[in-house]
Amino acid sequence: MANGFNEMHEPLGGVRPHYQAFDRWLKSTPEAQIERKRREAEIAFHRVGITFSVYGEESGNERLIPFDLVPRIVPAGEWRMLEAGLRQRVHALNLFLDDVYGEQRILREGIVPRALVLENSAYRQEMRGIRVPGGTWSHISGIDLVRAGDGEYYVLEDNLRVPSGVSYMLENRRMMARLIPELFNRQQIAPVERYPDALLEILREAAPAGIDNPVVAVLTPGSANSAYFEHAFLAQQMGVELVEGADLFVRDSSVYARTTRGPQRVHVIYRRINDEYLDPTVFLPDSLLGVPGLFDAYRAGRVTLANAPGTGVADDKSVYPYVPEMIRFYLSEDPILHNVPTYQLRREDDLRYTLEHLAELVVKEVHGAGGYGMLVGPASTKAEIEEFRLRILARPENYIAQPTLSLSTCPTFVESGLAPRHIDLRPYILCGKRIHVIPGGLTRVALREGSLVVNSSQGGGTKDTWVLEGGA
Amino acid sequence: MLCRTASDLYWASRHMERAENTARLIDVTRRMALLPERYDRGKAEAAPWRRALDALGIAEPFLERYGIIDADTVLKHLLLASDNPSSVFNCLRAAREAARAQRVAITAEMYEDLNTSWLDMRGTSWARIHGDGISNLLEWIKSRSASFRGVTIGTLGRGEGYHFLQLGAFIERADWAIRLLDIAGSPESHAGHESQDAAEYFRWSALLQSLSAFETYRRLYRESVSAERVAELMLLQETNPRSLLTCTHTLHQVLQTLAGGQAMEVVRRAGALSAQSRYARIDEVLANGLEAWLQDALARLSGLGDEIHRQFMISTDIAQLTQTQSQSAA
Repeated sequence: MANGFNEMHEPLGGVRPHYQAFDRWLKSTPEAQIERKRREAEIAFHRVGITFSVYGEESGNERLIPFDLVPRIVPAGEWRMLEAGLRQRVHALNLFLDDVYGEQRILREGIVPRALVLENSAYRQEMRGIRVPGGTWSHISGIDLVRAGDGEYYVLEDNLRVPSGVSYMLENRRMMARLIPELFNRQQIAPVERYPDALLEILREAAPAGIDNPVVAVLTPGSANSAYFEHAFLAQQMGVELVEGADLFVRDSSVYARTTRGPQRVHVIYRRINDEYLDPTVFLPDSLLGVPGLFDAYRAGRVTLANAPGTGVADDKSVYPYVPEMIRFYLSEDPILHNVPTYQLRREDDLRYTLEHLAELVVKEVHGAGGYGMLVGPASTKAEIEEFRLRILARPENYIAQPTLSLSTCPTFVESGLAPRHIDLRPYILCGKRIHVIPGGLTRVALREGSLVVNSSQGGGTKDTWVLEGGA
Repeated sequence: MLCRTASDLYWASRHMERAENTARLIDVTRRMALLPERYDRGKAEAAPWRRALDALGIAEPFLERYGIIDADTVLKHLLLASDNPSSVFNCLRAAREAARAQRVAITAEMYEDLNTSWLDMRGTSWARIHGDGISNLLEWIKSRSASFRGVTIGTLGRGEGYHFLQLGAFIERADWAIRLLDIAGSPESHAGHESQDAAEYFRWSALLQSLSAFETYRRLYRESVSAERVAELMLLQETNPRSLLTCTHTLHQVLQTLAGGQAMEVVRRAGALSAQSRYARIDEVLANGLEAWLQDALARLSGLGDEIHRQFMISTDIAQLTQTQSQSAA
């Protein structure tokens, strides 16, 4: 496999212009001092309690996501293109959601296969015909981008359900500003700190009509959840209550919080629990995380859920190949950001090709998340490939395949010193009356040499992401 | 504020206060164990430790479980035992867990402070405590409690959250004011026997020192340490920040603020308890029997705790529901 596009160094070894200020700092700072800063970061993250727990491990087991001192730097010109592309994509995805739960024009015109949407397990029948405030379904979106060997950006996947990780974007920035403040003086780095403010703004904008001063709350599954730190962090930064299902109840189609001064109305819920746990009377009946009657209140337009239930149908991997078509259909524009070429194994030709080239491809389960249900051909043993082949043959429509991209790399501190490691990028997009693209995002890094899996649950780390202002 | 938040904050500060007072209890017990045997009515090394467990009301179950009462067994139980919900280990864990669940309602510094305490506590072991010396651990526990109190006072806005933290801390401290007084043994009139006098003095001054109240006593009374005066200082003196009066008075004020002018049973109870310590006289209390007075105060305190829970930590919709159910059952 090729080594991939190096974000910092040119192929012949020179330092790219947008990394030169950082390179000078790196070269002029004694190794021991850098080591001290790295230790300081680790201690600070532990003390602040930015931890996550890993599924499958003993509950309450909290780990730190490793933080790397070398930032990912995006030059201004590149970001302008990304920003326009993200805005366009999220706009189209929202129009798609409004359409498939409404008129279904895109299905009638045969642009997206009807069955792919309507028989998708992420399609929520219950949402059919519901008009959401402002037509916004995905208020908070995280779009995963990768950069391939030629340096071109691709959208790897869309996250429109409950995308997480934004707290790391904010905390990583805070940490960098604390550890290397001098670098922030030497170049203009776009601030990301406004995110919580913009989030509160779009959540208030999403309130049911006629509410002047809406009460917003963040709904969390509780402190055992792997992203609990983030739920608490965002609620605190926005200055709103962090509630669990048991803190809320529904009476006469309105949602109330149980407070020390009696019931208090809640108008907008930024829910960080999945659709199927929202309301046991409508979805999973034995879920204790949600609120009985919540969906009824939602349907009555007395409360807004962000994101809306049912957004998952637009970020499903089986629908992903059609996003460029959606952009053309709804916006009459050419897609600015490209998809990774994708084989849909429900198609006979694609299936045959994939089975013949398993050792070169990445195969993903369409409803899978977190890097669990996937095969990375080049990194797998023969036995693993054969085992996966059987799984594909049993249910081909459950899988898509993509060429193995040689993700771009960024220098990263590992045991042996600085070494290139593969990275991706998740920018965050907020939709209210306007679409806000936050200049930055979460850069995840695969810490194992050669690994392409950046998920934190699989041993990934994070980096601060700097979008430069001014210049090319 | 959410009922759950109020409850978590209340218990976070209660647990920190409990950890601190456990350290003070151990401190006074260790001091008393230094007294030569012939001065001690118990005539055994274990007697002070037995009294410590008596003050907590757990001597019998303790003996049943461990079969022995000695310094190491009691220390391990009070400091580290994972199956003792009130061990310092579990107190720091519970306080940190509650704060973690309520990070939104407190300041980042407060959470970081409790998190630091817990991470350090989690990393310790009996061997290490022994190596470093118990005294160092006790100092550390007290300083962690002081740190949390200080960070709270210095960073948290004076809203509902602050008030519930206050409630937890002061109801716990009031409870300990009574129990710690118990540990030095009941004050009794004695016939001026010199060795008895020395032992009495030793015990009561050990208690004052453990409560960081020796200097307060000296300034206030300017006389030798006597059982009667110590009891007065612990129960009825407003100048002592750990006295029953100070605690109940603070509880009453905080509850009045929370009630915001509404008539609430919880405020009435706190007021009655506060008045009981404010208008009592130590000679009368002793004449009528200190033990009975203390037992009565403990019971009222526990009733106040229940009422705080009922008023603020159970949602009215659930309270109404239970009421309807019990009515229909009746």
